[in-house]
Formats: sequence, structure tokens, C-alpha cells
Amino acid sequence: MANKAFQKIYTHLQAITKATVSLKASGVSNDELAVVAGRLAQVVKTKGELVTLQVFSGTEGIPTDAEVTFLGAPPTLKVSDQLSGRFFNAYGNPIDGGPEVDGEEREVGGPSVNPYKRRQPSELIPTGIAGIDLNNTLVSGQKIPFFADPDQPYNQVMADVALRADVDKIILGGMGLSNDDYLFFKHEFESAGALDKIVCFINTTEEPPVERLLIPDMTLAAAEYFAVDKNEKVLVLLTDMTLYADALSIVSNRMDQIPSKDSMPGSLYSDLAKIYEKAVQLPSGGSITIIAVTTLNDGDITHAIPDNTGYITEGQLFLRADSDSGKVIVDPFRSLSRLKQHVQGKKTREDHSQVMNAGVRLYADAQNAKTKLENGFDLSDYDLRCLDYAKEYATRLLSIDVNIDIETMLNTAWEIFGKYFSPAETGIKQSLIDKYWKA
Amino acid sequence: MKTTGKVTGIVSNLVTVRTDGPVAENELCYIDLKGTKLLAEVIKVTADQASVQVFESTRGLKNGDSVEFLGKMLEATLGPGLLSSVYDGLQNNLTTMSDVFLKRGEYTDPLDHEAKWDFSPIAVSGDKVEASDWLGEVKEGWLSHKIMVPFSFKGEYTVKEIAAAGQYTIDDKIAVLVDAEGVDHAVTMTQKWPVKVAVKGYKEKPRPEKIMETGVRVIDTFNPIAEGGTGFIPGPFGCGKTVLQHAIAKQGEADVIVMAACGERANEVVEIFTEFPELIDPHTGRHLMERTTIICNTSNMPVAAREASVYTAMTICEYYRAMGLRCLLLADSTSRWAQALREMSNRMEELPGADAFPVDLSAIISNFYSRAGMVVLKNGKKGAITFIGTVSPAGGNLKEPVTESTKKAARCFYALEQSRADQKRYPSINPIDSYSKYLEYPEIKEYLDEKIEKGWADKVNSAKFIVRKGKEMNDQINILGDDGVPMSYHEAFWKSELIDFAFLQQDAFDAIDALCPIERQKYMLDLILDICGRTFEFEDYEKCRGYFKEMINVLRQMNYSEFGSENFNSYREKIQKLLEQNGK
Repeated sequence: MANKAFQKIYTHLQAITKATVSLKASGVSNDELAVVAGRLAQVVKTKGELVTLQVFSGTEGIPTDAEVTFLGAPPTLKVSDQLSGRFFNAYGNPIDGGPEVDGEEREVGGPSVNPYKRRQPSELIPTGIAGIDLNNTLVSGQKIPFFADPDQPYNQVMADVALRADVDKIILGGMGLSNDDYLFFKHEFESAGALDKIVCFINTTEEPPVERLLIPDMTLAAAEYFAVDKNEKVLVLLTDMTLYADALSIVSNRMDQIPSKDSMPGSLYSDLAKIYEKAVQLPSGGSITIIAVTTLNDGDITHAIPDNTGYITEGQLFLRADSDSGKVIVDPFRSLSRLKQHVQGKKTREDHSQVMNAGVRLYADAQNAKTKLENGFDLSDYDLRCLDYAKEYATRLLSIDVNIDIETMLNTAWEIFGKYFSPAETGIKQSLIDKYWKA
Repeated sequence: MKTTGKVTGIVSNLVTVRTDGPVAENELCYIDLKGTKLLAEVIKVTADQASVQVFESTRGLKNGDSVEFLGKMLEATLGPGLLSSVYDGLQNNLTTMSDVFLKRGEYTDPLDHEAKWDFSPIAVSGDKVEASDWLGEVKEGWLSHKIMVPFSFKGEYTVKEIAAAGQYTIDDKIAVLVDAEGVDHAVTMTQKWPVKVAVKGYKEKPRPEKIMETGVRVIDTFNPIAEGGTGFIPGPFGCGKTVLQHAIAKQGEADVIVMAACGERANEVVEIFTEFPELIDPHTGRHLMERTTIICNTSNMPVAAREASVYTAMTICEYYRAMGLRCLLLADSTSRWAQALREMSNRMEELPGADAFPVDLSAIISNFYSRAGMVVLKNGKKGAITFIGTVSPAGGNLKEPVTESTKKAARCFYALEQSRADQKRYPSINPIDSYSKYLEYPEIKEYLDEKIEKGWADKVNSAKFIVRKGKEMNDQINILGDDGVPMSYHEAFWKSELIDFAFLQQDAFDAIDALCPIERQKYMLDLILDICGRTFEFEDYEKCRGYFKEMINVLRQMNYSEFGSENFNSYREKIQKLLEQNGK
């Protein structure tokens, strides 16, 4: 990103905010990069001669006579097989002490796939976690976030899922990752011996927030290289998207845009969609699957960030500490995988969807019984059975420390149903009862 | 001479242009980006500065880049071949694009210019005709596609020549019309119409008079939508909005279906591409795709084209309605459309209304809904557009501008409920809060009396009453405890559960249960109301619960069995046996 010879250098800033600078310049194109006092910046607005730049690392210490040069192109990433096993910062520069990557330079944040050229996602991604595989089955080409409070072990679960999933590449985009979590991911990947199939783009909390805005585009540019050019199955991990959205609101605020709900920019939905919609099953066999993390404020999913996310992604996974079993479980009520019906009963056993629904319905009955108990009412025999069922169901199936295959999950579910209920109480189709019921 | 201009400012997809001549609101222009032409639409003019929204990414655009105004508004191209097509929001044909990625500035033709259509004339030379009168017809699949006097023709014309029956392409001249001044006008099988202007050219727009069947019990029986009616489906994410909309698209009783995927997930549209060609229309036995046009502007496609997509879809429906056909337009989701309006209004630094939406949001929405409806054509035939939009309220809170504005415009309200979805009670339409204004229409009541049975509307209301009563009883039970209420409370509650589980809930993924014809709905409702009309004797509430759970289970098995089959009848007998044990 060095200055080229004979480039025009501007030295008079008209305005400076915490995230942006404005100056008079000509021949500037939208979205192109610039260097302001040695810091990377991007054009976000032009109005007559006045150009506004967002400065990724913040504007602290930038004087009004700072040198500004324009680079003539939007952000790019050099892509090649050399990306494998490497760690980069938000600009795509190595942070692992290794050499620069050689390869084709590509614009990040490029165009979207023609919807008509997509293929229907239909390949199961098994994770061993029954709360996911049984109730919220993941499919390649899907995009799904974890909705979790900051104190929940979402990064651990995500690392588990990534390492167990049968994919060719895992690409991690870390936004506002704490240094500890960064080292955790690094350690997990290393100790699993999976480094050769990992690429990481990391922005930690030590780095300026606006830099985060580059992470998803960088991560997905690398993902598209492997999925489109190499026909690989790519799993993208994005954590934490809430911090990404916060960075968006900082920039829009500094540009004096009118905020919509929760002081987020009015374009939040489109901004998030551009990222998540990169998830795709390509006709050539390659795919991009996105698993993200959206941290919540005390479980509030009505906040603009999780709310907009929920309308874009194909479901969401909720983690919750379960008081009955003392474990962290995948919440069966709020979690949802919208693509599960493409694999349930097709790539898995025929009873899958009915077992899933019965399991959750009975778990809901247990919640009603619990409410009754809390209100001091007598419990019926059915209520008591439900409560026992819920505990066993949570421990043996919903807990995130479960690691079994889907057939075992289904058999376990039938076993638990048989232990506490009559066939009629499960409401499952008679033909399946006849075949699988365990008295 | 055409007006031209130069770019003077860029914020995302809002570009300001200094113009050298007259420009019109909503006029289109091309912005030249190093030889690539980006389509844009004028949305505001201040002195010589026009603000245009660009339908593409503006990356790389510079101040000073040249702009050429086209002197026309955004138009839809209408003609045979619209059905089975997949378009983006600007009616570019997505199937004929070569690249896997969408290329900026690539605009493809909506219709095939090579294909030949079997034309037969309807008008004869000497006929007096007006806009939207039928000149001839071609077979588009199984459907008789009328070739009309273009909607843009004003006044009366005389048919001078009409092509003989035979094979023609859409560009071949099929008629020559002479206007009042004696000037000849050649007519082909294709015409253009600005999407933001409603197509008129019908005799009158009476009130709807019949029901459009969807095969979904909670809609058809509980809150039916009229043919030519309007409805909307608000609901938080994860409540089954899309599944319900797809079910309506698959099963809706209509000749033409236009689905507008407006700012939604691409994979959902892919699901339609993949499934529809396989699925059979239950009403005609033909492939579903034959009657379907998809307008697909997914969430990652340019936001301005998203706004255009619903208008493009509506214009295509209006075109088919003018042929005397019944169209169904499904837009998922109108909230994304409203958000597109908000993004633009925000970039233009307009003073915001509630939740930063533009202040005229409500007017824009009502105006759009008003384009639906049943019409009587000038030749006495009837055509209809039934419109169902989904709304994605922020945080699932129905007190937000898009839901509120839509509630004023739409006649049916299908409220999807988080708590029902959590309990997997699908479709999660709340049976009590939802409504259909059409149930109050005397003409609809009359239709139901005739089509189903006399007094059907009252019967439906009695079922609703049982559901409402059951909910109240359940609240009491939750406050006072199982033992703290009389047995009749439990009985009333379980009767409402019976209706909920055996009638309102429906498995959209089960081959048989997914589609429930109205005769079957009537059969089941009669059976269930017969059960609910009886009084039962129970020793305790446990017995009551057990009895009704068993009853529910058998009724659900009936729903899963083919209507009138041996299995079905054996379950029916089981019900009878249960009723003999208890119930008077």
C-alpha cells in the first residue's frame, strides 16, 4: 500500500471527526482506498469537491495538514493456496511472522452470486451436538448465527463445530476478539492438527473498531477463492457480528446520518445481508457455509442487530444455561435451522423430523409443569413424568458436551420417550411408532 | 435532444447529477462508469441537481462521470413468455445471464425474441377497439394468453389489419390500428408499461364475491381470503412466514402466481426454483412452474432495485388480470421494500417519520395494496389480483410503522405468533387475533352458504368462540391451579385444544396434510364441532386430559391419512368408539 511516484498529495483537511476526515480533492472514485497520514482510509462520500474518508484506525493525532494520497482502487486481498494456515490482520497483512502471500489481487466485497445459478443446499454438516444435529440440523451453504450472551461459551462451541465438520477449509473472521479468545482459537486449531486448512483474519479489541469493517469482506474474499476457484467446501466463522455492527454505527454517526432503531444506521439490514448472503452452494460443488456469533444484551433479541440478523440468516442457535441439568444447552425453543427439512429424513433416518417435533413438544409440556410448580400448584402424574423427561432429555441430548452420531441421537430419543410416555402422548405418526417404539 | 449530466456527489447508491436540460421525477438514466452503463432512477430534483438512486453498486464511480437521461420511466416488458421466468427486480432475465456472479451493468431481455407463438386472431378488421381490448390470443403453456391493444393507447382505434392464424415471434406485427386522426399504429405481441403506474382499462372494480382456496385450514375456514382480496402476514423471524407463503403459492387457487422475493434470502428462492418445476398444481394437474413468475431481488442485491421489484411484480399481475385471469401476488417481504425506501430517504437527508421511515410510507403502502382487486373487463369477463404480503416487524413488535400502515390497507390479517411457533404449533397464525374482513361481507357470506353450506360463517364463528373460551379457561386454570377450578373449565380448555391440534395445526411438510380441500375442511370441522358440542363426564382432570389427548391423536392420524381411505375410516370409527365411552 506504499505511495506511488507522481501521485497527487493533498495536505489540507477540511474536517476531522473521530472516524472520518474530509478534504477537497478531484478524480476520486467511490469506495477507493486512500492513505491519510500513513493510515489506511476509504472513500465513503463525495459531494462536489468535498470527499469524506473513513479512517480505519481512527483519527487520533491526525493534523489538518496531514498528507493524503489516493490509491485508485477499493480494498483488495491477494489470494492463492498460500493463504492456508496463515493469520492476517484486517488489511490482509500477515500477523504470524510469516512472509507476504503471493497471488492474484482481488477486490473484496465483490458482486453477489446470481440466485438462479445457486444450488439448493442439501448436504448435511454433522457436528455431534444433538441440540444442533437432531433439532437444528446444519446444511452446507447455510448461514446461521449463535445468539448468545457474552458470558456463554459460544467461541468454544463454534470451534468444536468447525473442527468436527467435514469441510476443506475453515476461515475465521475475528472482530473485536479478546486477545485470550484469539489465542484460544489459535491453540484449538493447532492442537487439532488442522492448521493447514485454516485461514484467520483477526481484529482484536486492542485494535481500532473501524478496522473491523474490513474483516468480513476479507474473510469472504478468501472463502470465495477456495469455494469458487478450488471447488472446496468452506466454513466461515464470524465472531462477533455485534461488534461489527457497532463499528458501522460509529461511522454513520460521524457522517451525521439519521439513525434508525437502536441508533443503528438505516442500512443495517442491507449491510448485514451483503455479508451473510455470501453463503452459497455453488453449481460446481464448492460451498460457503457461515456460522456467526451475535452477542446479545441480556438475551434481548428485539435489539436491531439480532433482529435484522434473524431475518437474514437461515435460523439461529441459542445457548442457554439449563438449571435442571446444570449444563449449557442448545435452547430447543428459540433455536431454528431453516434448512433442516432439506436433509432431515432425506439424508437421515425417516423418523427424524417427527422425533424432533415430539421431543420439543414434550419439553414444552415440561416447561408448563415447571411454571405450575413455581406457582405452588399440585402436579399431575403427567407433569411429573414431563419433568423427569426434561432433565434426561437436556442431559443426554440438548447439552453442548454431547458428541454422538445422528442415529444414536434418534435411538436415544425413542428410548427416553418410551421411558416416560405412552405412544399416544408423543403424537408421532402410527407407522413410525410401530417401527421404532421402545417400551 | 436528450438531457445529459455529470456526477457531482456520491453516497453509497445515491448519486447527485448536474443536468443540462429538463428531467422528470422517476425518469431513468444511465451513468457511464468506464464504459459500463449503470441504470438509475431520478428521485428528487433541486434546481439543476437531480438525485438519482442507482440500481447497481457505485463502487469506482467518480465525480464528473457522464450521465444520459432516457426520457422514460422504469417499464415492464409484457408479452407471452412471462410465465416460468425468473427475473430480478428490474425484470432482467436471470436465467440467461452467463456468469455465476451478477455482473454490473448486464441487462438481459425479459422475453425471448426468437420463440414462435401460435397466434389466432380474436378481433376482425373494422372492429372498434380501446386500450387493453383483446386482439388475438396465443397458447402460453395451457393458458390462453391474450394479445391486447397496448395499455398506453389512448382513445378509440379501428382495426385495419389483423394477422391470420399462424406462428409469430413477439416482434412480428400482428395488427395495424388506425386512430381517430387516421394515423396507422402497428401492434406486436409485446408492449411496455411503467411499473409505478396502475394499469386501468377495465370497466369496474366491484367488491370481491368469492373465496380463494389455499388448502390451509386456518385460512380457508377461519379467516378466508377473497379472490381479488388483500391480506398480510406479519410475524417475527422463525415463525414460519416463508413456509406459509410457499404453501399458499403451491396450493392457491389461481391461474397465475407471481412471487416477489423482495430483499429476502436467496436460498429460499432457490427452493422455489428447485421444487416448483417438480410440483404439480393440485387444481389443474400441471407443473407449478408453468403458472409461476418469480421476481427475485434478494437481500444482497442492490437496494434500489428491491424497491422496484414489487412494482414490477404487480404490473405483471395487472397484465394477466386484463386477460380475464385470476392472479395471486405474493410479496416477501414488504418490510424490506419499506426499508429500501427508508435507506434512500435517509441518504437524501429528508426529515424522518416514525422509526426513521419516510413520512409518506403509509400512503405508499395503501396505494400499492389498492392495485389488487377483482375487476370486470370491458367485455364483461372477470379478472382478479389477490395480494398477500408478508411483514417482518422489528423485534416482532406489531406497533411499528410498516405493520400499522399495512393494517390500514389490507383486509385480512394473519398474525404469526412467537409463542405458538415455540410450541411448534404450525402454522403459527393466532386464531383469535387474526381476522378476515371478508367474513363480514354479505356477498361472501352468500357465496359460502352456497358453496359449502347454509350458515357456514356462523359455524366458523362458533368454532372461534370455543377457541377463545378455552383460552380464557386456561388462564383461569393457570391462576387458580388444576384443582382450584370446576371440571367444566378443564373440559372447555381441552375442547379448544382439540380444535387447535386437530384443525388449526397443519403439517406443511406432510404430503397429505399439507393440502386440505374445502370439502375435507368441512368434514373435519363438522366432526370436531360434534365432539365439542357434547358434554362429558370425568372423574378428575387427569382423566379429562388423557381422554382428549387420545381423541386429538386419532384426529391427527386422520389428517395424515388420505381422505375417505380405509385408514381414514378406521380412525373415524375409533372416534366413534371413544364417543360411545363418554360424551352425550
